[in-house]
Amino acid sequence: MSTTSAAPKHARPSGSGVEPILSVEDLQMYFPVKSRGVIRRTIGHVQAVDGVSFEVPKGGSLGLVGESGCGKSTTGRLITRLYKPTGGSIGFEGEDIAGFSPRQLMPLRREIQMIFQDPATSLNPRHTVGQIIGAPLVIHKITGKDGVMPRVKELLEIVGLNPEHVNRYPHEFSGGQRQRIGIARALTLQPKLLVADEPVSALDVSIQAQVINLLQDLQREFDIAFLFIAHDLAIVRHFCPEIAVMYLGKIVEVADRESLYTRPLHPYTQALLSAVPDVRQAAVGGRRERIRLQGDVPSPINPPSGCRFRTRCPIAKDVCAKVEPPLMQVGPRHKVACHFAGELGHHPAVPVTGIDVEGAATGGTVVESAGPGFEDTWLDLSTGQRTGA
Amino acid sequence: MSLSESQLEVSPTPDEPKADDQPQSLEGLSPTKLAVRRFRKDRLSMIAFYVVAFVLVAAILAPIFTKIGIIDPISLNQDDKLIDPTLGGLPRGAAGGITWAHPLGIEPGTGRDVLSRLWYGVTFSLSISLAAAIVAIVVGTVLGIIAGFSGGLIDATVGRLIDLTLSFPQTLMLLALSSIFVAAIQQRTGLSTNPANAVYEIGVLGLFGWPAVARLIRGQVLSIREREFIEAAKLLGASPRRLYFKEILPNVWAPLLVSFTLITPQYVSAEAALSYLGVGIKPPTPTLGNILTDGVNYALTDFTYFLFPAIVIAVIVVSLNLFGDGVRDALDPKADR
Ligand SMILES: Nc1ncnc2c1ncn2[C@@H]1O[C@H](COP(=O)(O)OP(=O)(O)OP(=O)(O)O)[C@@H](O)[C@H]1O
Ligand code: SF4
Ligand SMILES: [Mg+2]
Repeated sequence: MSTTSAAPKHARPSGSGVEPILSVEDLQMYFPVKSRGVIRRTIGHVQAVDGVSFEVPKGGSLGLVGESGCGKSTTGRLITRLYKPTGGSIGFEGEDIAGFSPRQLMPLRREIQMIFQDPATSLNPRHTVGQIIGAPLVIHKITGKDGVMPRVKELLEIVGLNPEHVNRYPHEFSGGQRQRIGIARALTLQPKLLVADEPVSALDVSIQAQVINLLQDLQREFDIAFLFIAHDLAIVRHFCPEIAVMYLGKIVEVADRESLYTRPLHPYTQALLSAVPDVRQAAVGGRRERIRLQGDVPSPINPPSGCRFRTRCPIAKDVCAKVEPPLMQVGPRHKVACHFAGELGHHPAVPVTGIDVEGAATGGTVVESAGPGFEDTWLDLSTGQRTGA
Repeated sequence: MSLSESQLEVSPTPDEPKADDQPQSLEGLSPTKLAVRRFRKDRLSMIAFYVVAFVLVAAILAPIFTKIGIIDPISLNQDDKLIDPTLGGLPRGAAGGITWAHPLGIEPGTGRDVLSRLWYGVTFSLSISLAAAIVAIVVGTVLGIIAGFSGGLIDATVGRLIDLTLSFPQTLMLLALSSIFVAAIQQRTGLSTNPANAVYEIGVLGLFGWPAVARLIRGQVLSIREREFIEAAKLLGASPRRLYFKEILPNVWAPLLVSFTLITPQYVSAEAALSYLGVGIKPPTPTLGNILTDGVNYALTDFTYFLFPAIVIAVIVVSLNLFGDGVRDALDPKADR
């Protein structure tokens, strides 16, 4: 009998027992593509984010990893509500903010902030550091005029900059220092959730570690939850106990750090991981060999049918083009969306997703888990049976 | 690009961020200061700057000097020793009646002092040109920012408005509607003829001048709005007003300053041309335009009376243009020319 558990409609406390501060379900962002000319008809959609679900625990952090163009920034901008999603829900502290109006969003701006990727463009070149970091206080009328400077200086100190530099302009600082200014601005309103969109990828390698360490300290000190976006698995490993891997607008694998780095099950995760130096070799099949993905990420305007990764997947079979693999739970905190999910070099010959190689249902056990959290039971890939804790 | 594990392990403690704590070499030099420095290096620009400064000071001093009696652009001097009634009021003596008392001669027919009239004329002409330039800049900037930032229907509407304005037969309009509008302004505001003429001229010059500014600013805003600091401001809950005037406007100061310095001389010439066509401030109030217009009638009989206003206009227009070019080059060292 096929036991497909329905996607949960609401976030439940996840296995770890920590309540989520952010619970995203079936998030979708389709950007319309307009024709040229006077009458601009919509001729298609960029499916930048298509049915993404995840949660971030209070004070915890989730890593969101994927190649360029897979929809990470769009996801971040949806959660901060710079964009309005075309579908799905964004539960923040129990409230669905996906449809909030600008007026409703105003108080929320204090709770959710963002650190931007490029410190060269994320600071207004014509504003002093004091004006940049103090802007949140001015906009939200939090302190009087006299209260701004002391708070700005305090924040500069927190992020490791010289408080005397309040009257300098961004161009007088190095890249790493500018990113610290951006971090200070994000901290000004004491947010509960920070979306860090590739906060170090524009920085010199020698400075990346410093900034990551700063973020880590801040998280501990102020109990801030992080959605940490990165394009490779090395950076988030240090930072995030849980990591979601995204490909072309969808989450293909999400797991706790231990499982993801030692037992990645999705071919895409395995390829990403093989590019990470110094990861224990067992994780990638005993040999230090980089899996090179051929080609580029396909256009999100016309994503491949079935599994979106199939055009580049080293183990793709015909069925992958016909049936889209569901996101299945395969461990206490481990989900994967692949018909042939398995450890590198040990991918099964028949689909584990309850279908045969032709795509017809076999009646095998499927533990679909499309919701943001984790189920209490999961599919044991070695036995093909449903198990629980 | 990527950060390897080992680098993370050996990373310095967070209390030690000073490694990248060295401000860049150009410490303390804001973009403005650098621009000023570049401007100063350019001889021609500096000469233009001094001429412009001299003209501005003179323009400011004219009303004061008139009040305390040093110059007198209005009083008639129907003195037969100065003008020759038999020659239709032409000045006696060489070169348009140049004497110590009247260094640039006297006006034919009226005997008014030409230097006084030109001097005060600079004040009126510059006031009109600057006021019209301000109108063009303000309207163009506001519409340019809103169009560039909003995009979509608003952008398209402003675009059509620009096309419409540019395709208007401006000069014809200026002439044809002048008397009607000036009369209407007088009726509405109770102004006398010449102030009403000035208002009309400023309004029309400004309203036909904004499209160029709007286009320029719109283009700038299109690239500025894609930068992340705009998103950061939105994320903080900044109002549209704050976005336009606090986040964007400071980033378009440079092109605005350049267009201001280049539009003003255009308007100085335009004032002269319009005067010739009979629009604008009328004598006895002097403007460079109406003096020159009068001078044209005497181009053969009293050449210097024609020459001096022409020289003054040329000097002002050329120096303002050179000054504007210098400002542009100083602000944008990459642009060639
Ligand atoms: N405003 C937009 N309008 C139309 N398409 C968009 C828009 N923003 C993003 N996209 C498209 O959506 C897809 C995902 O973009 P996104 O910026 O989220 O990717 P990303 O994962 O952050 O990539 P990167 O690592 O390069 O930052 C891309 O194909 C992009 O072209
Ligand atoms: S479903 Fe098929 S194409 Fe997709 S990742 Fe798995 S094996 Fe590859
Ligand atoms: Mg991105």
